[in-house]
Amino acid sequence: MFKRRMDFDWVGIALWVFRAVIIVAIIVGLVRKLFFDVGTPYVTSDWATFIVSGLSQGSLYALIALGYTMVYGILFMINFAHGEFFMSGAMTATIFIATPMATSGFLDQQPILGLFITIIGAMLVAIGIALLTERIAYRPLRKAPRLVPLITAIGASFFWQYFFRGLYGGEIVPFPVPEILQGRVTIFGLEFLRARLGVMVVSLLMLVALYTLVQRTKTGKAIRAVAEDKDVAALMGIDVDRTVAITFAVGAAMAAVAAIFWGLVFRQVHFFMGFVPGIKAFTAAVLGGIGSIPGAALGGLFLGVIEALGPPSVLEGLGVPGAHQLKDATAFILLVLVLIFRPQGILGEKLAEEKA
Amino acid sequence: MSQLSLRRTIQMGLIAGVIALSVSAIGMVVTFDERDIITGVLSLGQLLLFGIPVVVGYLIVRGNGEIKAGQALLHGLIAGFFIALPLIGLILLTLLWPNIRAALPNVSPTLIGILTFGQGPVLGSIILVLVMMVLGAVGAAFHLLPERIQKPLFSGIAWTLGIGLFSEVLINIFRPVPRQIVRIIFGPTGITPLLAVIIFVIATVFSAWWEARGRDRFRDRRTAMTKEQETRLGRVGRIALVVLILALPWILGIYLTEVLDIVGIFILMGLGLNIVVGFAGLLDLGYVAFFAIGAYVMGLLTSTGDLGVVGLPFWIALPFSVLAATIAGLILGVPVLRMRGDYLAIVTLGFGEIIRVLAASDLLKPVIGGAQGIIKIGRPTVPILDFIFVQPQHFYYLILFGCLLAIWVSSRLRDRRPGRRWMALREDEDVAEAVGIHLVNTKLLAFAVGAAFGGLAGGIFASRLASIFPHSFNLLISINVLSLIIVGGIGSLPGVVVGALFLVGLPELLREFAEYRLLLYGALIILMMLLRPEGLWPSPIRKRELHAEPDIAEHEGIQHEQVADLV
Repeated sequence: MFKRRMDFDWVGIALWVFRAVIIVAIIVGLVRKLFFDVGTPYVTSDWATFIVSGLSQGSLYALIALGYTMVYGILFMINFAHGEFFMSGAMTATIFIATPMATSGFLDQQPILGLFITIIGAMLVAIGIALLTERIAYRPLRKAPRLVPLITAIGASFFWQYFFRGLYGGEIVPFPVPEILQGRVTIFGLEFLRARLGVMVVSLLMLVALYTLVQRTKTGKAIRAVAEDKDVAALMGIDVDRTVAITFAVGAAMAAVAAIFWGLVFRQVHFFMGFVPGIKAFTAAVLGGIGSIPGAALGGLFLGVIEALGPPSVLEGLGVPGAHQLKDATAFILLVLVLIFRPQGILGEKLAEEKA
Repeated sequence: MSQLSLRRTIQMGLIAGVIALSVSAIGMVVTFDERDIITGVLSLGQLLLFGIPVVVGYLIVRGNGEIKAGQALLHGLIAGFFIALPLIGLILLTLLWPNIRAALPNVSPTLIGILTFGQGPVLGSIILVLVMMVLGAVGAAFHLLPERIQKPLFSGIAWTLGIGLFSEVLINIFRPVPRQIVRIIFGPTGITPLLAVIIFVIATVFSAWWEARGRDRFRDRRTAMTKEQETRLGRVGRIALVVLILALPWILGIYLTEVLDIVGIFILMGLGLNIVVGFAGLLDLGYVAFFAIGAYVMGLLTSTGDLGVVGLPFWIALPFSVLAATIAGLILGVPVLRMRGDYLAIVTLGFGEIIRVLAASDLLKPVIGGAQGIIKIGRPTVPILDFIFVQPQHFYYLILFGCLLAIWVSSRLRDRRPGRRWMALREDEDVAEAVGIHLVNTKLLAFAVGAAFGGLAGGIFASRLASIFPHSFNLLISINVLSLIIVGGIGSLPGVVVGALFLVGLPELLREFAEYRLLLYGALIILMMLLRPEGLWPSPIRKRELHAEPDIAEHEGIQHEQVADLV
């Protein structure tokens, strides 16, 4: 019975060492970069550009992260296929709406209207795919053990990726950018890519709209009630299935908006485009505290900035060659760190124990 | 007499029609059309497309009790009509929009040719509707037949289609027979209609006989056997199985053995992931990381190229591959110990991606070669005999040995304390901790053993290919391995083998599948989870949990003992 008396917390120690190594590495990298000019020399405006592009990238992550966070808040499930809702909207709208409009010249004459139509199209497709996935792959398994819907979500993700590859082909499709959004503008002495500026403005509007929807409308109230307790919500006369479907639809619509702006910024769409943004947006959602809408927004912006600043500052400071190649790894490392050290995220509620 | 609901029939018909439209539009029908099942009569693409109305017709009637024949056939016809509708829509669309391939590259003239039977849009559409309706009615009619006719017919059809589909494989096995003769029997692709008829008749007649008499006779003879005879029979069977497994590469030839080798490597990985996911219930999406580490360690230690460090022989390097992967398993295991379920999945996915990005980056390029990878990796040798493993056949035995070792280790661990601890952990972490299971050690052991198998698979993989590149170690490998253990049956050792043969072997044999592999995996995972969560070859425990609620009390006695034994 005295087999394991010497049970000291060596996992705790290992984590502590890990934490210390990371912090030391970050400090060393920063100091070497800032005071000893290791790697490529950057001037102040370079740093400003990094931050601006990080913020605009981050606002895209924020829009996608909303879908993750809302679904997680309501079903406690990671909707692995969310990145595919994003991709399906972008590809379909590009091929069937944006490209024909661009060839006919309509997109350049009426860029705002044209983009608006494209976004609506993307939203409809993404919502359709989301509802279909929810109905077939998630709803019947809502009472199953928690890993089961995650596994079907992974299945759904790959199914849609390769479905759309079959449908539209595996090639990269160029996204037509209207003239008004090409090139750069200078505001407050900072150069912005016009598309990136547009991204930030629209994301902000969407975030406000979503926040209003959830906090001020009856539907939002239903969503919050179902997130709190499905059974009690059902007793209060709320249609749980419908509310869950609405949540998926809202998330997919946000992802579709992000997808069109993704196309505007990167000027291309393809069938695999949903995967990495999906994972990163999930990181953003966790970073901000999964289940929290402002948290997702904040987490997205934070991730965007870290991703833009991390490689040129810390990694170059540490003397890592080809630091920009490790941009994606930065996001993943950040995800791992957050989940280890602060699983509830920046604005997270106390769900580390109960839900995570 | 019960009634069929018209609404349901139309609904199912339309859903099936959309599915038919989808498989056409994503190019599956055209790609699969290249494989003939019966020469000149039926291709895999046609089977895919025209199998839909038959199945739907059957499903509509099934489970509705006694139905008048006329009504069943009518509903079959209606369903067929609605299945054809979306396809007619597609044909019309190609007429209205000649440049449709700019948007949907797979809506090709070939596809329209298949859909319209090469008869032009108007006549073709009419034929298509009629064919779909008739096939729907055929499906419905099939269900009307008495049981004793249904079964033999079904097995006759299944055998014919199966042999037609795998005719390439069979031809490969008949290598010693001159090719011309084989081709005359089999036909240029697929099987000849004559052979198809012969197979169909034989299979049907045999199955009818089996259903009527054979099974009983077999059972009688079985029960009449003495204990001694039975053990002898069992022994003969086992010896035959061993001989078959050992002789398999020489029967199958180089190409098919190559396929077996790939399957074997996936079985090895599946067994490793099965310990982590199946036994301990920790969903790991970054399993490829350990495979990659095993492969890279093997590469670095045995390569005679620029990057080779010491040029060790394979056999000495292999334990290092396993060891390195095990250590990596422990290192990656520690930070995720306190995470549960879904977070764990995403973090391990992140680890897998970090390893891949690092392997391809400039950072480690001087050590592991970046995108150029490592070449000239050493092959296994037998020192005294001066024998080098080169052919797939040689690797087959190596992989077979690895798999057997992994199966042995897995089954040992499963039936002893570690396995029971893992399963307790899988069922409920808190309760497991409460009965005194050391969570940290238990989880780390699972990660370490799982990683060790991955490292072993990686080492063999590297040596087999003699060169490795970072892009071989992508997320899709992890997903592949996860899919195969899910389809085979989570936590089941034979399930891993079945899953790997099915999910890795089949697409290698039927090259047409390659392009739609992940699409089919995705659909299969969802379907499995919905319809048969225990997998194709479930582990007994899992099956009991998922299906037999009432007789839980029966097992409760055993469970108490097990719990007492855990601590």
